[in-house]
Amino acid sequence: MTKEDCQKLVIDIISDIAPDEDLSAIKPEIRLRDQLQLDSMDFLDIVMELRKRHGIEVPEADYSHLASLESCAEYLTPKFPTKA
Amino acid sequence: MSGLAAGIRLAHFGKKVCIFERHNAPGGLNGFYSFSGRKYDVGLHALTNYVAPGVKGTPLGKLLRQLRIDRDEFALCPQKQSRIAFRDCALKFTNEFSVLDAEVTGKFPTQTAGWRALVQMVRTFDDVALDAPPRSAREVVGRHLTDPLLADMIFCPVMYYGSAQERDMDFAQFVIMFKALYLEGFARPLEGVRVILRVLLEKFRQAGGERRMQCGVAQIKEAQGRAAVLVLDNGEEVTAHQVISSVGFAETMNLCEPPQSHAAEANTGNLSFVETISIFQRQPAEWGWGDDTIIFFNDAERFEYAHAREQVDLRSGVICLPNNFDYAERNLTEGIFRVTCLANYDRWSQLPEEIYQADKKRWFPEIVRSAQRFLPKVAPGVLTQAELATDMFTPRTIKKFTGHLNGAIYGSPRKIRDGRTHLANLYLCGTDQGFLGIVGAMLSGISMANYHVLQASTRG
Repeated sequence: MTKEDCQKLVIDIISDIAPDEDLSAIKPEIRLRDQLQLDSMDFLDIVMELRKRHGIEVPEADYSHLASLESCAEYLTPKFPTKA
Repeated sequence: MSGLAAGIRLAHFGKKVCIFERHNAPGGLNGFYSFSGRKYDVGLHALTNYVAPGVKGTPLGKLLRQLRIDRDEFALCPQKQSRIAFRDCALKFTNEFSVLDAEVTGKFPTQTAGWRALVQMVRTFDDVALDAPPRSAREVVGRHLTDPLLADMIFCPVMYYGSAQERDMDFAQFVIMFKALYLEGFARPLEGVRVILRVLLEKFRQAGGERRMQCGVAQIKEAQGRAAVLVLDNGEEVTAHQVISSVGFAETMNLCEPPQSHAAEANTGNLSFVETISIFQRQPAEWGWGDDTIIFFNDAERFEYAHAREQVDLRSGVICLPNNFDYAERNLTEGIFRVTCLANYDRWSQLPEEIYQADKKRWFPEIVRSAQRFLPKVAPGVLTQAELATDMFTPRTIKKFTGHLNGAIYGSPRKIRDGRTHLANLYLCGTDQGFLGIVGAMLSGISMANYHVLQASTRG
């Protein structure tokens, strides 16, 4: 799992939970909230979908790591099992 | 409906969910019923909170996202226009807020600054905070709108469409309703509330949720401060890690064992309503009733939203003409005319059956006549000639079919915003949690499922 793959997984999730948002030009270094209309309910959904689809746990105290695509990748990539 | 929304969220994220419903039809206060071959919506005059496609960040958009519903599935058709009609003054409003703004500033020029300040305050108010202290809406609004007529007119629809409190309401509730009615707007699927229910039921089924119909919860047994066992109407016992109740605060307290009757009594609503429904073989537009979708009327000196002293309080009410939504080229095949007025539960509930039926017959034309004062004049005989069927519900009907104590459609006067109860794993959703209307009902279920179950599961 590369950081690029990880960003792609997060974008996939956002496109499912917020299909009315245009995700074609998201800047990875800028906060998602500043580019998209996402509220705390949507961020909870990102956390819940990560658990449902990839078995990854994001404890409530770590929600802030999901602020931008870049910080998502930084935080989440090590949580994916490394391929043998 | 709130329970279904909660169930969809939880089932979608892999929780094992079962919904217990005492009736044979889903939806609760937002359900429908069949009578003499016709389907009638129970509560739906209009879905509030309507915004045009593309408008984001409002309750409708939030619930569509949270339940993974495409807005086309609800097939919402916007209203044409509505009116607040008082004795000597009327304010028109539509799904464009500028229409109401122009009406208010045109008819109450001295109130313009206060009105605009109030609107600004509503727009920026955090109405979904689960821990806001209660404040009197009459007091806050009164500081901005010093003309009591204007204040009464603004309060009339806001109270009729969701206040469980007499004469006043919590300012947070006022804000929710002001946004839902005036800043957003009204819409309806052509086929009514069952379109929405159908979508929810299908989502719940797809997510793996289970439903048990005609299978109410008779008792919630407590052990060590938790809801330990649910006893069903058929005597069966089930257990669950968490229980979300959508039957109302007092009604839930009354199910608990040991009983919580003091808590129930201290927060039981007493505002109830009657509604007349007339079905016509022609469109109401044919006799000049084709413009207004909803009319909120009052002819008393001051608008009094309170427990009716007589069986029915004819001074004010709400008219709904479901034919007057913009269904594009289509419309309902029959004309429908509904009138709602405040009513007194005790004076309906204690009557022997024969007198009850006679009283319904007696009040029906009185209510229709009262409403007609606020509609374009119709030549005598036109309505009766076009009439195919009528139905009427009273506070007694509401109690019988929804279980709401005192027939109180809007539930308890004090809302439990965080949904917590005296039991650690028992939560409330629906009208007594305090989000209002059909969109509010769904958002209530969503919020409670999120807050108490999903988010809690990441707290570690």
